[in-house]
Amino acid sequence: MRAINHRPDKTWRVALAFLPFAFLCLAYIVGSGIRLAENPNDKLLPGFSTMSEAIHVYAAEPDPRSGNYLLWSDTAASLTRLISGLAISTAIALLAGTAIGLLPIAGATFAPVISVLSMVPPLALLPILFIVMGLGEASKITLIVIGTSLKLIRDIALRVGDIPREQLIKAQTLGASTMQIALRVVLPQILPRLIDAVRLEIGPAWLFLIAAEAIAADSGLGYRIFLVRRYLSMDVILPYVAWITLLAFLMDLTLRVLQRKAFPWFAEARAA
Amino acid sequence: MNAIVFDKVWKEYGDHVVLEQINLEIATRAFVALVGPSGCGKTTFLKMLLGEERPTRGNILLGGIPLKSEPDSDRGVVFQRYSVFPHLTVLGNVIIGREFERARGIGRLFGKKRRRAEDEARELLAAVGLSGDENKYPSALSGGMQQRLALAQALIRRPKVLLLDEPFGALDPGMRSEIHVLMRRIWNESELTVVMVTHDLSEAFALATRIIAFERPRNRPEEAERYGSRLSADIPNPVEVPMLPKGATVTNDIEIWPKKIAGSKAVWTRYGPSAPHA
Repeated sequence: MRAINHRPDKTWRVALAFLPFAFLCLAYIVGSGIRLAENPNDKLLPGFSTMSEAIHVYAAEPDPRSGNYLLWSDTAASLTRLISGLAISTAIALLAGTAIGLLPIAGATFAPVISVLSMVPPLALLPILFIVMGLGEASKITLIVIGTSLKLIRDIALRVGDIPREQLIKAQTLGASTMQIALRVVLPQILPRLIDAVRLEIGPAWLFLIAAEAIAADSGLGYRIFLVRRYLSMDVILPYVAWITLLAFLMDLTLRVLQRKAFPWFAEARAA
Repeated sequence: MNAIVFDKVWKEYGDHVVLEQINLEIATRAFVALVGPSGCGKTTFLKMLLGEERPTRGNILLGGIPLKSEPDSDRGVVFQRYSVFPHLTVLGNVIIGREFERARGIGRLFGKKRRRAEDEARELLAAVGLSGDENKYPSALSGGMQQRLALAQALIRRPKVLLLDEPFGALDPGMRSEIHVLMRRIWNESELTVVMVTHDLSEAFALATRIIAFERPRNRPEEAERYGSRLSADIPNPVEVPMLPKGATVTNDIEIWPKKIAGSKAVWTRYGPSAPHA
């Protein structure tokens, strides 16, 4: 049989999905074992037991200086920044993107400036943000908003433009005003696509967050990683990275489930 | 009345003349079929009636008043595709017309008002044969059912004019003849003038009271763009025209409607004038 016709069944699918993860773990264990056999104090590839001890300290024992459980306080600080940033950015994108996509005058006015601004590398703006807004939460959240909202606006405006002309005409022949078309025809069809767009921006949002935390913060997952880097504490950094990855993955999963539950028509309409 | 008048209408896109000097009057309650080769301007004609395009020269009057230059609720429309809203259920697709009308701000009705609109919508859905499918999404409907839904959706605002842009072109022949019966009934029962663009001559003859053919008459390639389409044939009464050969699928269980019409000329069905069929 041809390769394109070999389809794994459900069990195989799960097994195959786990295979690369298992391989990565194995490769790490082997690598770490070789290095530790040569030098038991090696810090680069700590064993799983060392990492779990380190994480136990961070997650279950209060920090002697601040009294916080560091892993959880770092997670709370980072997630607050990340989610506020993404929420603000999503709200802006929804409003601006719908206006640009639906209203020709708004499109003619703002689409060019947004496509130019979206080419500004957001990290290059970080020093400006720190100068203007100080080193507090505001500058970090703003970086996430700047970094993600422009792309989201462009994406939403394009999606609005993808709505078939026939539907907008039809709504007008049913007597709809511009506002009604925006609320009843465009918005409900954009929301599931907005979720897709936001899912793609989760990665960049983490990037901007960690960059901002690395430069100036007193808590947060990115801050911690860059702090312990000074002591070559791979036993903390690696679990933190895994934790960040897991959080990002869970956010993505949540949005995917939300899209499926809240917009039952969408999957079929997209397939059709 | 609601007669449609085209008064010396031209449509040009830059140098390209699409329609030239169209003078036409469409009587109230006529069923007009627009036929002609691809690119002859049928769809442009329909778009101008819809208000989506404006004539370059000349006027279009509806009931003696110049047509509004944007689509509005006095003209309903059914397209070949994308006529219904994929994010609304069948029932939601029909009541949305009333919601736009009666909830001016956000276009959403609640409580008693919504139930009243729903009752009206259910009646319309029953009339087009979609009872029992109220809670499905359009993607779960066949092409023919989607077009029935689009008709019900267009009719809820009781438009004066119904515009059809190749509405049944994508349906298979059996489904098409069923929906023809429905279309004829809708036209007969409601206060409607219907203008339909179609590629299918037999459909035009089966449904319309009048057939208008478009054609580009002059044919000098170097000047082709400078000549628009004209009306080449205007067949007022297809009932006089001999029946065209029917397609291969003649199903006997298609309801012929109406059996009798009080006070009006017989409605032509694909089996002849609406004769007793019992």
